[in-house]
Amino acid sequence: MNGSLDLLLIPVLPFAGFLLNGLLGRGLPKWLVSTIALLAPLGSFSVVLRAALAIWGVGSTPLALPYTETCPLPWIDTGTLHIDFSFALDQLALVMLLVVTGVGFLIHVYSVGYMGHEEGYWRYFSYLNLFLFFMTVLVLAGNALLMFVGWEGVGLASYLLIGFWYQKNSAATAGYKAFVVNRIGDFGFLIGLFLLLANFSTLTFSEIAEKLAATPAWQGGVLTAIALCLLVGATGKSAQLPLYVWLPDAMEGPTPVSALIHAATMVTAGVYMIARTHFLFDRSPFALDTVAVVGAATAFFAATIGLVQTDIKRVLAYSTVSQLGYMFLGCGVAAYSAAIFHLVTHAFFKALLFLAAGSVIHALGGEQDMRKMGGLRKRLPVTFWCMTAAVLAIGGFFPFAGFFSKDAILYAAFLHGTGGQVLWFVGLVTALLTSFYMFRLWYLTFLGEPRSEAAHHHATPASMLSVCVILALLSIFGGWIGFGEGLGRLGAFLAPVIGVRSAETNAGKLELYLSIAAVAVAALGWFIADRLYRQRPQRPAELAASLAGPYSLLANKYYVDEIYRAVFVKPLQGISMYLLDWIVDKALLSGGAWILAGVMKFFGAILQRWQSGNLRSYAGWLAAGAAAVLLFILLPWPALLASWFGIHVSWGGN
Amino acid sequence: MIPLSWYLLLSAVLFCLGVAGFLIKRNLITVFMSIELMLNAVNLSFVTFAHQWHAVKGQIFVFFVMMVAAAEAAVGLAIIIAVFRVRATLAVDRIDLMKL
Amino acid sequence: MYLTLFIVFAGLCLAGAVNLLLQRHPINSALSLIVVMTSLAVLYLLLGAEFLAAAQVIVYAGAIMVLFTFVVMLLNAGREERTLGSRAAMAIGFPAVVVILAVVATVIVKSTGLHGATLSDGITSTVDLSRVLFRELLLPFEVTSVLVLVAILGAVALARNTEGERTGGK
Repeated sequence: MNGSLDLLLIPVLPFAGFLLNGLLGRGLPKWLVSTIALLAPLGSFSVVLRAALAIWGVGSTPLALPYTETCPLPWIDTGTLHIDFSFALDQLALVMLLVVTGVGFLIHVYSVGYMGHEEGYWRYFSYLNLFLFFMTVLVLAGNALLMFVGWEGVGLASYLLIGFWYQKNSAATAGYKAFVVNRIGDFGFLIGLFLLLANFSTLTFSEIAEKLAATPAWQGGVLTAIALCLLVGATGKSAQLPLYVWLPDAMEGPTPVSALIHAATMVTAGVYMIARTHFLFDRSPFALDTVAVVGAATAFFAATIGLVQTDIKRVLAYSTVSQLGYMFLGCGVAAYSAAIFHLVTHAFFKALLFLAAGSVIHALGGEQDMRKMGGLRKRLPVTFWCMTAAVLAIGGFFPFAGFFSKDAILYAAFLHGTGGQVLWFVGLVTALLTSFYMFRLWYLTFLGEPRSEAAHHHATPASMLSVCVILALLSIFGGWIGFGEGLGRLGAFLAPVIGVRSAETNAGKLELYLSIAAVAVAALGWFIADRLYRQRPQRPAELAASLAGPYSLLANKYYVDEIYRAVFVKPLQGISMYLLDWIVDKALLSGGAWILAGVMKFFGAILQRWQSGNLRSYAGWLAAGAAAVLLFILLPWPALLASWFGIHVSWGGN
Repeated sequence: MIPLSWYLLLSAVLFCLGVAGFLIKRNLITVFMSIELMLNAVNLSFVTFAHQWHAVKGQIFVFFVMMVAAAEAAVGLAIIIAVFRVRATLAVDRIDLMKL
Repeated sequence: MYLTLFIVFAGLCLAGAVNLLLQRHPINSALSLIVVMTSLAVLYLLLGAEFLAAAQVIVYAGAIMVLFTFVVMLLNAGREERTLGSRAAMAIGFPAVVVILAVVATVIVKSTGLHGATLSDGITSTVDLSRVLFRELLLPFEVTSVLVLVAILGAVALARNTEGERTGGK
């Protein structure tokens, strides 16, 4: 054993950054705030790197996995329930941590440039560090309860960051919409926790896995229920149907926040959680099918909405929902490694997309409507090339990153039986739509003639550009880690934890043909976008006019928000007002208090007349009181009562 | 030779007469006198019991009661004088304000 | 002999007490009370408490009642006026008095173990009294003297004419 890896430092450093910037940041100079804020994720990343090196056995024997560190402070220690603060590092957690801390650090650097003029600079960075703290806790958690702590915490950080410009009404509303919808999902997670506790009497992942491995015949039933409850939690956090509605609104937050939290890390927590508890899902084919269907449906649904959005960040938001659907599809066909692989590549290119969009918005002085952009290719060349790399990656073109990961998921889906083939087809159509709307974005933003004069020509700071370039390189070359048999090196690395489907190792032409189909579909999407947005720019408007019905349905996001408001929000508010406020609060409680006070006043008024100041009245009552006391003391009550009521009292010689 | 209980009965009757006077009488000084009557009744029963058990302490207690009664009478009558100055009446029912 | 003495003086006690209640003028009530006190002094003698009998006459009848009489005369309290009585006080108080009397009487009558009393039985000499008083109970004795001092001061302070004019009386 190589000695302690100090896993505790990974969350603690960002937490320290949060405290320092949060408490003192207001008075500190900007460079100091930035330094504190950047050192934290850099520190965490270096600890993760050190752990990674230890695991890969660079310089000494490889570290045995899974590696756990338990904090000596007891957490819950009652009777049969023992839960500790334990961090567990295995291959899955390591991959996730590399993404979280690595991309997190890059986005921190980007934020230094992007948020440079903000007044709440210190507040922003303290929230960002807080998020990193909770996210690392979530990833490292060795038991489900600690993961839930991180889970809730990232929801909190997300709320704080979405509503960062809290003076804006829409931002504040978006913030708590995100929090409330997350809460609904968390409720499902909690029920799942309780069921886990009831059936396994432990929440530690390794122990649950052991217990399940010891009873191979245990399938379905309660395990399905647990898996479905956890799925509800995942849909809330990872913005799947039906709880995705918060993610588009979350674009009210600053763009780096959208990149970090709502593209690369927080929303992937649901996928991570399913991968973490895959041993439960594996026992319940029904739950797995549900996951797959939810994922595929969401992917398609969100892609259709993204087709007609005009705000650049909204397009990317729906794209995120759609890609998360892919990951869920991957988990649903038990190809967990593929899902994680897509998670990693998606982190690269989606973060890059958001950051490049942020660069565009920054240069145009805050403009986010794509209809007012155009011709930015010459003005923002570095951003243009980075964005191009990202668009090619998400489209799934060979040899960019997205190709390998998306392909792995679609291949696994195809092999999953006839149902799987349907899902494969849905995924294929979604890939077409994805390619189309991404290139639509690309054309509208960068190519063509400028459609409006920018407010001011803002040169993009080096901090922002350098990060975009790094992410672009990762998007281009990052996919090769999963190239080859059974997802190549990544698959082999993750195999001990989340297994490799035996089918994935089937080599052969099928995979090749499916890949070609996927690339062809992506190219078709590019071609259509090219026709509509470059060759005949007036065609989109004509199409929209002729297909007015479907177009407005899509543009209004299928009216889902309005439906939710009518079905859930308004009745709840109505119940709250009429039932709880009027009846319970006002009538029952206040009325009760009022009656009580009235009774007291009444009796008080009566008793008040007793204090008359009249000497004789006092004397009379004195005498009466004396008589009563005398009676009470001197009379033999037991004997008297017995003789009156005929009760025979027998004690001691009566 | 008479039973001591007769003395005690006398004491009880005197006491109750004192209480009755306390309740009936309308003159403040007379009320005060009823209080003295009550004290005397109690003194009688103390002496009776001192005789019963040949305990001198019973009689000494009577002694102290007398002292206290004297002090109390002095102070009480001084108060009555002070009250009379302000209210100009000695009727018990007229002196019913908590503050003079 | 003993019986006769007892009956006479107990009767005087009761008569005086009842008269206290029945008289309208406070001076008459005061005089009745003096009768009660002197009869009580005789009863103390019958019970063998010589010193107390003397103290009763000197302190009670001779000092306290004189004080009462002085105050009655000072304040010129006349006949009792007809004022609004507190009917409630009487309605509640009278039964209470009766109850108290009944209870106490019952207890007394039912009690056993009380001796009889004769003329030369259990006479307490002053020597015995003073022996206990000035040895075991010396502290209460001294405290009582302080008490009387305080009472004097209080009485002077309360009854004094605050405007500085001297009126007659105490």
